[in-house]
Amino acid sequence: MSYETTLEELMHEHPELMLLTAENRAAIRSLATRAGERFIDVGICEQTLVGVAAGLALSGRVPMVHALAPFLTMRAFEFIRTDVGIPNLPVKLVGFIPGILSDGNGPTHQAIEDVALMRNIPGMRVLCPADEDELCACLPAMIQDRGPAYLRYNQLPARVRHKGDWELGKAEVLQSGRDVCLLSYGALFAQALEATERLDQLGYSVGLVNLRSLAPVDEAALLEAFESKLVVTLEDHFVRGALRSLVCELAVERGANIELLPIGLQSWFRAGHFQAALEHAALDADSIVERIVGRLEEGR
Amino acid sequence: MDLVDTVVATPRPRPMSEARSLANAAYRARSSVLEMSARGGCFVGSALSCVDLLVELYFRQLRVDPIDPHWDARDIFLLSKGHAVPALYAVLAERGFLRRERLMTHLEVEGSVYWHPNRDIPGVEFHSGSLGHCLPVGLGIALERARSRDTDRRQSQVFVMLGDGELNEGSVWESLLVAPQLLSNGLTVIVDRNRIQANERTEMLVPLEPLRSKLEAFGWRVVETNGHDFPALERAFELCGERPSVLLAETNRGCGVESLQNRVGGWFVHASPTELELYQRELLASHRAAWGEQE
Repeated sequence: MSYETTLEELMHEHPELMLLTAENRAAIRSLATRAGERFIDVGICEQTLVGVAAGLALSGRVPMVHALAPFLTMRAFEFIRTDVGIPNLPVKLVGFIPGILSDGNGPTHQAIEDVALMRNIPGMRVLCPADEDELCACLPAMIQDRGPAYLRYNQLPARVRHKGDWELGKAEVLQSGRDVCLLSYGALFAQALEATERLDQLGYSVGLVNLRSLAPVDEAALLEAFESKLVVTLEDHFVRGALRSLVCELAVERGANIELLPIGLQSWFRAGHFQAALEHAALDADSIVERIVGRLEEGR
Repeated sequence: MDLVDTVVATPRPRPMSEARSLANAAYRARSSVLEMSARGGCFVGSALSCVDLLVELYFRQLRVDPIDPHWDARDIFLLSKGHAVPALYAVLAERGFLRRERLMTHLEVEGSVYWHPNRDIPGVEFHSGSLGHCLPVGLGIALERARSRDTDRRQSQVFVMLGDGELNEGSVWESLLVAPQLLSNGLTVIVDRNRIQANERTEMLVPLEPLRSKLEAFGWRVVETNGHDFPALERAFELCGERPSVLLAETNRGCGVESLQNRVGGWFVHASPTELELYQRELLASHRAAWGEQE
């Protein structure tokens, strides 16, 4: 199943679904041609795109809004907050090439503050599938939920068979560990998985949690992760505002005394081929393992 | 004396002309705006400018039902220039959507009557306040209606009122560019062209003229009218709606109150009791000058 075929099935089931874009059709190219009147392309204008989506939602439709993640969440931010967030309308925002997935585009196209922005809109759901399987699996949950949502579109091939049904606010706990627990979401899940395997081989007791959604976030899974000696947050996002911040907020609120190693982005990353960009930003599995081992050994 | 005698004895009054009855509603609405300005202040200039437009819309143009404000096939009106909200609420009260007493809860924290429209007030379709939002939203509503299976709903109209100062916002021009490409009819934009924005005359800050030709070049039918003349407004609205249309309504900011009209300084007014009395007296005088004493 691809994103398009899943969405097409859902459009059959849910006549209220509409397909919108600001001339960014990469994710819906063939579906757009079959959707007829239910497809609207407003041209390259994200503010109008979101306003139109709010108008449709106000009239009983559920628009699936496609645009590049940075322009959707940032250029149109105030339209999302004001026209979708305040009235809590069922507008589903799909941000293309979020985070590290913008690879060769450079800083203009890097949505690495999008989660921070979206999760601060009351009622907004933030969905961060780990790969294409989860991208498809999260769609029914996103559509059944009648509030606004932001989806970090990610169609990287799946490296594992995921556990359980995809539920909003429910993390996937792949394994638990005493020494270290890796918390991750979205495109870096593959790196988290590889790092976990290597740390296993090195003899550490390693936990791995795929958060799946950051708003709502699975607090129970986070609190369980806090039992490990070291908590690692791994994200292709600024280290301020998304997962690291969520973990810090929760730890302080609950009085949990955790040791935290945040791995993420301090600033815009160098543009290039996906793997090269990942390595330069030290977000590849080798760099992750190196930093975690360094920290674990420091404490011995 | 019983009722039958009274009817026979009193000559039947001549029916009021429609224009006069609309002007009376506008007078009462303006008077309510002034009352709100005495309760913490409000954006009186902007509100008085569009009272007649709102009266024309709610009494003659919009298919709406105050008894059933959520009627499925109703026309939709969005006030994008949110600061003019006292005028909207006052006209909604005149039209029976809410009781006039509610207007007097202005700025009471539990009352929902504050400086921008919100959906807690019956008849308000969408909130506004941040400029440049309601045209995109109205376009979305019109696109849904154009796709409706219900004939009545499909034929309903969407009206969006913008301030001329609001035309500084980029999102307005995005939507002005896009709408005629996506819609063949059902959307009318009303520009309250009072030529004054918050602190400055529009043509002194960012000149909009030649506005008509700009809008026409974007693919809109443009109808120009006097925004305070009911017969002219009726004719102007007849020319709108067949295709995406802009009604350019020439108006006077602060219209009806001599001390406030067409003044750059009359944006936000918090009237003292003495000022309120003066403004109400001026309002009544200008109404009488136009329409004479009530017969």
